[in-house]
Amino acid sequence: MPLYHTEDQAMLAETASQFIADEGAIAKQLRHLRDTECKDGFGTALWKQFAEMGFTGILVGEEDGGMGMGHVEAGIVLEEIGRNLTPSPFLTSAVVAATALGGASAELRGRYLPGLLSGDSVFAVAIDEGLKHRPERIACRAEKAGNGFRLSGNKDFVIHGASADMLVVAARTSGADDDREGITLFAVPRDAAGMSHDAVRLVDSSVATHTRFDGVELDGDAVIGEVDGGREVLNRMLMAGRVGAAAEGVGVARGAMDMTVDYLRQRKQFGKLIGEFQALQHRAAHLYSEVEIARAVVIKTQQLLDEGSEKADLMSSVAKAKVARAAGLSVREAVQMHGGIGMTDEYDVGLYMKRDRALQEFMGDAWYHAGRVAELSGY
Amino acid sequence: MSDLEAFRAETRAWLEANCPPEMREPVRDEEDVYWGGRNASFKSDAQKAWFEACLAKGYTVPAWPKEYGGAGLTPAEAKVLREEMTRINARSPLSSFGIWMLGPALLHFGTEGQKQRFLNEIARGEIRWCQGYSEPGSGSDLVSLQTFGEDRGDSWVVNGQKIWTSYADKADWIFCLVRTDKANKYQGITFMLFDMASEGVSTKPILLISGSSPFCETFFDDVKVPKSYGEDCPAQVGEINRGWDVAKYLLGHEREMISGAGGGDRTATIGAVLKRMVGEIDPVLRAELAMFDVDALAYTAMGEKFLDEIKVGKAHPAQPNMMKYAGTELNKRRHELMMAAGGSRALEWDSAETRGGQVARGWLRTKGNSIEGGTSEVMLNVISKRILDLPGA
Ligand SMILES: Cc1cc2nc3c(=O)[nH]c(=O)nc-3n(C[C@H](O)[C@H](O)[C@H](O)COP(=O)(O)OP(=O)(O)OC[C@H]3O[C@@H](n4cnc5c(N)ncnc54)[C@H](O)[C@@H]3O)c2cc1C
Ligand SMILES: Cc1cc2nc3c(=O)[nH]c(=O)nc-3n(C[C@H](O)[C@H](O)[C@H](O)COP(=O)(O)OP(=O)(O)OC[C@H]3O[C@@H](n4cnc5c(N)ncnc54)[C@H](O)[C@@H]3O)c2cc1C
Repeated sequence: MPLYHTEDQAMLAETASQFIADEGAIAKQLRHLRDTECKDGFGTALWKQFAEMGFTGILVGEEDGGMGMGHVEAGIVLEEIGRNLTPSPFLTSAVVAATALGGASAELRGRYLPGLLSGDSVFAVAIDEGLKHRPERIACRAEKAGNGFRLSGNKDFVIHGASADMLVVAARTSGADDDREGITLFAVPRDAAGMSHDAVRLVDSSVATHTRFDGVELDGDAVIGEVDGGREVLNRMLMAGRVGAAAEGVGVARGAMDMTVDYLRQRKQFGKLIGEFQALQHRAAHLYSEVEIARAVVIKTQQLLDEGSEKADLMSSVAKAKVARAAGLSVREAVQMHGGIGMTDEYDVGLYMKRDRALQEFMGDAWYHAGRVAELSGY
Repeated sequence: MSDLEAFRAETRAWLEANCPPEMREPVRDEEDVYWGGRNASFKSDAQKAWFEACLAKGYTVPAWPKEYGGAGLTPAEAKVLREEMTRINARSPLSSFGIWMLGPALLHFGTEGQKQRFLNEIARGEIRWCQGYSEPGSGSDLVSLQTFGEDRGDSWVVNGQKIWTSYADKADWIFCLVRTDKANKYQGITFMLFDMASEGVSTKPILLISGSSPFCETFFDDVKVPKSYGEDCPAQVGEINRGWDVAKYLLGHEREMISGAGGGDRTATIGAVLKRMVGEIDPVLRAELAMFDVDALAYTAMGEKFLDEIKVGKAHPAQPNMMKYAGTELNKRRHELMMAAGGSRALEWDSAETRGGQVARGWLRTKGNSIEGGTSEVMLNVISKRILDLPGA
């Protein structure tokens, strides 16, 4: 596959770009939701529109009524979400949870996918425990109880946890905390008794929860995939989430860069446009180069994932780490090159910096993924 | 099976049968590279066999049309061939400035007669070319060049000096920028081709920090260049006084080549290689290696994307400048890390263990990557101006 969009993908990109620039614009969504202290941290009306556009079903198989498309297409939507800083449950619901449900029984798919396709449901994923993304270690436990399980433990950084109709929870059903095997994934409905959320607003105005499971009773049919054999589906969720977050990060990086380059062409100091100063030109050109490379590794990884290539695992970490570096650079340069105005709440560049910070942590930061690249390469 | 898959299977079988095991070993030094030319000799039977097999198949220049010595592969087929060669670490059968630089310029600007003659000579490895661009007073500001060709009717008489001319002392012919109109800066340069054996051409090797002398000062002292080498085969490429267009076009290809794009699907990370070589790696250095490997693997994807896009006209015309900038800065970092991991052994200058100081010499050579073919600073200037559209750049 050549590393550019097919005709169909280019059409989707055009549609998504138009639609999200209009409906998902910063003033209309992010600022509005933030300033009205929306408790979900995203707009349900826009989520409905996403469904009408068919976006929510991109990664849902045709046999389940979805579009049966791939990560390249999901990434197209995510990049526009990133560029417009649109608060949306798309990444957790339509990418990560949808990937999990792809490995679930027909019964579970029938229970949850229609709500995703119609835009009536939102899903969250509960993987992290503690301050950093370390999915190798899972201590949250589900013990066999009768025909089902009893789930106990804590999860952190559960984005949209309190708003979600269903949470995909990675729990341990056997073995020690650090074991590779012994993981089981559960679809936990919002009204499950014994589940409680401590919702916290984050720096980017999104809302996450510290979620506690206190002997939550689950039927055997809440299990996604195999009991004790959940690691494989979990890994697929992680790859999807990493590449997805990377695609969104590219959007953030490009959005901030475009604002900056525009500003360099307008702002005058010392009787000149500041874009005439070579000190700034070279930094902008270096930034461009980093962002281009980040884009390239993202589309490469999306394609590998869609082809089912075994390289996708390594490359999803490369993509996440590379984008983290490039997007971090982009937002820092954006604020700096805007001078004083970059520090103001009124101006949007600061919002890019905040969103980037949250995306850095989601599904593992640059250090975690660089470490993974070293490990997978044998050093 | 699609045509492309069939081509891949066929290519794999052909490589298996024709690429000798020795030609799948990494290139260790200059000796391992076959440059062709009048005075060329093969270093080994394997090198000769590999070159001849490729020559017969048109694979010294796979994407060039068959009538000019190539195999006429489509872009997609050329990509498959490149991937399959990288997969088995096959060496390039023939390296030359003719293939990387002059060839593409001739394909674009040359007359039919020039293409028939020069492209076939390049494809067959018969003539080795060098590049006469830089002068002592004209480096980054190349357009200020002063080497002058006086019009004598059916010939020019060229006087002046070039510098940093890579392999001038080994080359058979030169493609050379010569001022033919002193009154006109940009439209007063002619892109000339002539024989380095011409009377009045002399070269003087320059010793580099790496201890080798691959490049020279090149002097032209009343060198007579005929205006024509036969029917439809003028000595200049493009129009007289319009050589700057050709020069810039060629620089795009040179930058692409130096950028290392199309290095293929390398997945061997430098961290893994160094760990095998030196054993223990300091944890802080390991972190740097890991960050480098992230950048290197991402850049490999960029190279692939760039080549895919350039083939269908989707790449920004100034994108080779970005590739050259990023690729050469990355390569310098790679060699810094190799030196760091190698410790005191990497410092050895002529020991047998280091094959005559290959690590240190290689490290020093890479410092030229961000200078040759246009410096990193000049690349950033071009990106600012042509891609980011920044003012007054
Ligand atoms: C937190 C904060 C507190 C402040 N408090 C005060 C205060 O109490 N009183 C007060 O008077 N001011 C205050 N300032 C203003 C501050 O001094 C200015 O913001 C600063 O001088 C930069 O000017 P500017 O914002 O107009 O940016 P600009 O000058 O427009 O700069 C924009 C960008 O262009 C770059 N640039 C500009 N000229 C050149 C050049 N020649 N070469 C290369 N790059 C160039 C800048 O480095 C910057 O990255 C404060 C600012 C901040 C952020
Ligand atoms: C290994 C090697 C092989 C080479 N092979 C060949 C060859 O085969 N044929 C040939 O013709 N030439 C060759 N060159 C020459 C090469 O093209 C020149 O060295 C290069 O163009 C830079 O010119 P210069 O050395 O005169 O440096 P200068 O142009 O004098 O540059 C000095 C410094 O100033 C910086 N600078 C210059 N202008 C600007 C600007 N506008 N903005 C910001 N910074 C600037 C440069 O980036 C550099 O850091 C080779 C060079 C090397 C190192």
